[in-house]
Amino acid sequence: MNHSAILETQDAFGESTLIADPARIVDLCRHLKDNEKYIRLSGVTAVDLHPAEPRFEVVYHLHSLDRNQRLRVKCRLAGPNPEIDSVTAVWRSANWYEREVYDMFGVVFRNHPNLVRILMPVDWEGHPLRKDYPVHGYKYSYPSE
Amino acid sequence: MKHSFEDHTATIPAVQETPATPSAPRRMTLNMGPQHPSTHGVLRIVLELEGETIVKAEPDIGFLHTGIEKEFEQKNWQQAVTLTDRVDYLSNLSNNLVYALAVEKLLQIEIPPRAQWTRVMMAEFSRLNSHLVWLGTHALDIGAMTMFFYCFREREDILRIFEMFSGQRMMTSYIRIGGLALEPPRGWQQAVGKFIRAFPSKVDEYEELLNANPIWLRRTQGVGFISLEDMLDLGITGPMLRGAGLSWDIRKSEPYSSYDKFDFKVPVETSNDVWSRYRVRLQEMRESAKIITQALEGMPDGAWQADAPHVILPDREKMKTQMESLIYHFKIVTEGFRVPAGEVYQCVESPRGEIGYYVVSDGTSKPYRVHMRTPSFGNLQGLPKMLEGILIADSIAALGSMDFVLGDTDR
Repeated sequence: MNHSAILETQDAFGESTLIADPARIVDLCRHLKDNEKYIRLSGVTAVDLHPAEPRFEVVYHLHSLDRNQRLRVKCRLAGPNPEIDSVTAVWRSANWYEREVYDMFGVVFRNHPNLVRILMPVDWEGHPLRKDYPVHGYKYSYPSE
Repeated sequence: MKHSFEDHTATIPAVQETPATPSAPRRMTLNMGPQHPSTHGVLRIVLELEGETIVKAEPDIGFLHTGIEKEFEQKNWQQAVTLTDRVDYLSNLSNNLVYALAVEKLLQIEIPPRAQWTRVMMAEFSRLNSHLVWLGTHALDIGAMTMFFYCFREREDILRIFEMFSGQRMMTSYIRIGGLALEPPRGWQQAVGKFIRAFPSKVDEYEELLNANPIWLRRTQGVGFISLEDMLDLGITGPMLRGAGLSWDIRKSEPYSSYDKFDFKVPVETSNDVWSRYRVRLQEMRESAKIITQALEGMPDGAWQADAPHVILPDREKMKTQMESLIYHFKIVTEGFRVPAGEVYQCVESPRGEIGYYVVSDGTSKPYRVHMRTPSFGNLQGLPKMLEGILIADSIAALGSMDFVLGDTDR
């Protein structure tokens, strides 16, 4: 597979992973969908590698029905306020998946049609799946109180 | 400020109307759920109506969010199996299975054939359980009450079998990393055999009740259409796709846990409506029964746990005679086993579609990150597309045909 946005390829446990340039993710995804037939986006998620830098990895799981193949694309994002372009224009299913990543990790997806929290209440503060977010002892007060 | 019931209802009106103008007809915003019985859980849908036609639907989820993915990071690898049960209460064994397969891929351990076959059998029972609850509740929504009692009668037998195997009716945690939680109990062949011999005639009974029922036919045929392209683009998987003519089943396309040794068909229907999804699920029940029969007849002998002393708790007897077993026991009980660093994505065909677990290990005894790609979350995203343009009376039939579990959506 050849594309200038691919920085690195890895193969482990029979699964292939591409490390991609975050600035050109939409470009790469469109190429993978149109030319490599990855018509399904199985999911988008993220991993917080805190305190390492670059801190976040946004992970896309792609699936090609024609070739019966799966592919993982990863983008590494630095800093506490990461941003990346949304791939909703390529696969509509990215809409909710990206909202979940935004909700849980605070990764902002640029050009997303409706980037609001999906699982937590809309006025929640913080992003629960970040490694520096506490597991216990968080008190939530209702907005009307 | 004191919070009273009146205040609350005043701020969130259940029904909102906009006056009609010459250019646009009058629209009404209707709040459906989150306590509506026909939404199969705590799902809220904000519907925008023109007369009785839905012009816009917006699902609102998250009411059942319990932070399971965060909790995974606090448990050790084997303890986390119990969390997978609680994701989807109807197909907990499929969730056990996919997590175990993912971690075993990282550990690179071989599972003996007897454990693999038992896993397949239990996963298929889980599919039957889920489809039975779906059929019963879906038929109840549409007005066929008898179905509910029939389906729950058979489901009760399945739950008894689960209890026999694992000691639990619903939260079984029966499939563990490295094999099974317990050896299959004595006499399981009789219990499973008795159930599975009678089951096909029960499916005949359901079909007799529904297939020629004019109310059922008119409420399901031609209702809930959504094109195959839209479904693939929106992330819908499972029986929904097979009801639209796409023959894709992960059990066939990416066989796991020795599914390739079983003979079964992937039922496909082409009419792409509630009726075709009903047909697909009924035929899947028959195929699952076939798989269970094959597992019953051809169950291999041998070990039910992997030969991996660093993962599996040692035998009591060996602990008393062998120093190494005692050391392994101490390590597994106190710290838990360590899993080599790496990342895997494992998916299985659950009753609802593709469950995929993305598991990341950093080499310690706790998962670093577990992401669950749950079929209900993906499927529900296609709901607005399916509801828009249909009558509000059909919305219940249409959303019921998706067969989502809200615990599975919100995790």
